[in-house]
Amino acid sequence: DGSTGRAFARSPDQLELTEAELKQEFTRTLTADNPCAPRNIVRYSFKEREYKLVDCLDQTAIHFSLNGNMIPKDSDEGRRQSIRSSTEEEKAPVETSAVTSEEAEIEDAEHTGDTEATGEGEAEGEAAGKAAEGAQAAEAAEVAETEEPHPPKAPKKLANQFNFIERATATRHNPPREKECQLEPIPSMIFSANVTQWDIYDAYVEELEKIEKSKEKEKSKPQAVKTEEKKRVLSHVEVQYGDSITKISKAAKIAERMVNLNTFDDIAQDFKYFEDASDEFRGQQGTLLPLWKFQYDKTKKLAVTAISWNPKYTDLFAVGYGSYDFMKQGQGMVLLYTLKNPTFPEYVFCSESGVMCLDFNSEHPHLMAVGFYDGNVAIYNLRKATSQPSYKSSAKSGRHTEPVWQVKWQKDDMDNNSNFFSVSSDGRIVSWTLVKNELVHMDVIKLSAEGTTMQGPEGLQLQTLGCGTSFDFHKKIDYLFLVGTEDGKIYKCSKCYSSQFLDVFEAHDMAVDTISWNPYHLKVFISCSSDWTVKIWDHTIKTPMFVYDLSCAVGDVAWSPYSSTVFAAVTTDGKAHVFDLNINKYEALCTQLVVTSKKNKITHVQFNPVHPIIVVGDERGHIISLKLSPNLRKMPK
Amino acid sequence: MEDTEEEKKDEADYKRLHSFPLIRHSDMPEEMRIEAMELCVTACEKYATNNESAAKMIKETMDKKFGSSWHVVIGEGFGFEITHEVKNLLYMFFGGSLAVCVWKCS
Repeated sequence: DGSTGRAFARSPDQLELTEAELKQEFTRTLTADNPCAPRNIVRYSFKEREYKLVDCLDQTAIHFSLNGNMIPKDSDEGRRQSIRSSTEEEKAPVETSAVTSEEAEIEDAEHTGDTEATGEGEAEGEAAGKAAEGAQAAEAAEVAETEEPHPPKAPKKLANQFNFIERATATRHNPPREKECQLEPIPSMIFSANVTQWDIYDAYVEELEKIEKSKEKEKSKPQAVKTEEKKRVLSHVEVQYGDSITKISKAAKIAERMVNLNTFDDIAQDFKYFEDASDEFRGQQGTLLPLWKFQYDKTKKLAVTAISWNPKYTDLFAVGYGSYDFMKQGQGMVLLYTLKNPTFPEYVFCSESGVMCLDFNSEHPHLMAVGFYDGNVAIYNLRKATSQPSYKSSAKSGRHTEPVWQVKWQKDDMDNNSNFFSVSSDGRIVSWTLVKNELVHMDVIKLSAEGTTMQGPEGLQLQTLGCGTSFDFHKKIDYLFLVGTEDGKIYKCSKCYSSQFLDVFEAHDMAVDTISWNPYHLKVFISCSSDWTVKIWDHTIKTPMFVYDLSCAVGDVAWSPYSSTVFAAVTTDGKAHVFDLNINKYEALCTQLVVTSKKNKITHVQFNPVHPIIVVGDERGHIISLKLSPNLRKMPK
Repeated sequence: MEDTEEEKKDEADYKRLHSFPLIRHSDMPEEMRIEAMELCVTACEKYATNNESAAKMIKETMDKKFGSSWHVVIGEGFGFEITHEVKNLLYMFFGGSLAVCVWKCS
């Protein structure tokens, strides 16, 4: 009815009001008053014998009430019931529901604090919820109760609502270990000194002097002749505090000598004192007592090619190593040994080519001349610590074209220059002079082989040269010298004549290996050769005075320095022969096998100028020293 | 009179001549030795009148450069006996009359 625009429906008995009335606002207040509670309750008060209006009205309106039959747990009846219920549960778990309800009731009894009016509705919900909890609790209670009868009538524990199990773990921890370390103490040394003003002054003065000296040395040439200085001072070095080895080098050397002396004590004793008493019974024969044996690793493959004693230090001798084999030419070495130390050489010099000969300068015993297989000559200065020669010839400076077989020093010439001669297979005898740090050579003589001038191309007359293999200078007559050649001839020459010989000796059938003037008898010389013979000559007579056939190629022969009639010869079969012409003109006084191995040939022999020993060198690089027995050492009267 | 003058000249001369640093004993390695020597010369020249300051300077510089701990003695007349670490000792003269001893020992 005209209410098409309105959203809400109307009920028929709704009041119809105007819009103004609709919008009217009414205020309503809510109070806690019970609207149904009568406000005009009158009660008769007997005290005052009248009706009075009751002010305080009971405002509570009870909505719901329920009589319960819960009894407190702790009361007697409650306890009795709980005991009963627990005993019954063992038998019939069916009654759990009853128990739960009882339990729930029992628990609910505790919650009576809730207001009954408002809380009643919820109590049921709570009871339901609690029933579920109670079921759990009941189970716990079951567990607790099943356990409890075991300790019968023990006070009942309140069971955990949640199943707590105690767990404990203890982790393993690593046991402690002790570790300790200690450093090495820092190396330390003790040093002490005293200083005073005069110490300082002296030190400065010394230093100034040193500086001045070194300045002077720089000005002068290094090759000044120092005859005062001992040549065998190894440590001519300033004391270096840093290097402990150099500090003790001198001490080490002395210690080495002592050790050697101890090792070879018996040999040293023999050397000094042993005199073969059996010589008296031997008639005229003598023996050679082997003493030290010198060998060095690196010379095992080399043959001894030269031996020479030092004129100043009589226990020092030089040995040259090389090879006589034409095909096998290798390096060469020069070793200087001393009798005081047979185990190791004092000096070692290496060279590219084999050493064929060497000689010490008698006036300057630190200079040593060496001739090589490749034709070179060199001078070694033993005072210098180097292993290289001080001077060396070269192809430019006129070296020989063939091996140098022998070198010999001469007296210093008029300019005080040392000079030496060398002889070689190329037929030249060359004099080398040490002039101002250089080796200057001068051909002294050319060995022209007699009667062999040939016609060369273009009509030149060629002279074939004989090959010199050895020579020796006369001790007294300065200009006179002898040269032995490869074809067995010995030429007597003079330094003054360069092309002509004074004399020729038809000496041997093979190359003359060694020639030596007799040190006492001025006319006599000896020569030996590979044709098995040793011959003694008087240089004025063409034919030899004595001829000895030793049945084996003779490597070397040497006069003894103490007697004019004693000489030694060594042969390639390893024997050493000692002759004394005074005693026996035809036979050796001693023929002794010196070398152990038969394949080893002896190459050289030398007498020591002072001691009664000879030194023998062989093809394997060994040096053997032998002592001459008294019979061999008889001095001529 | 002339003699004394000459003597004085000689003295002055030798002082001048002998004033270069002169190493008496040292077992230091080469570079260390040179450095230490230069340092001593510098210190002695700087503190010519006061040995203690010079020694202090040397010791502190050596400690910084080469590690602790260094000891320094400077004087004109003394005797000593010391324990030093190997390769760490320098004993030198300087200035004609001064002696310096530097060593390391911890």
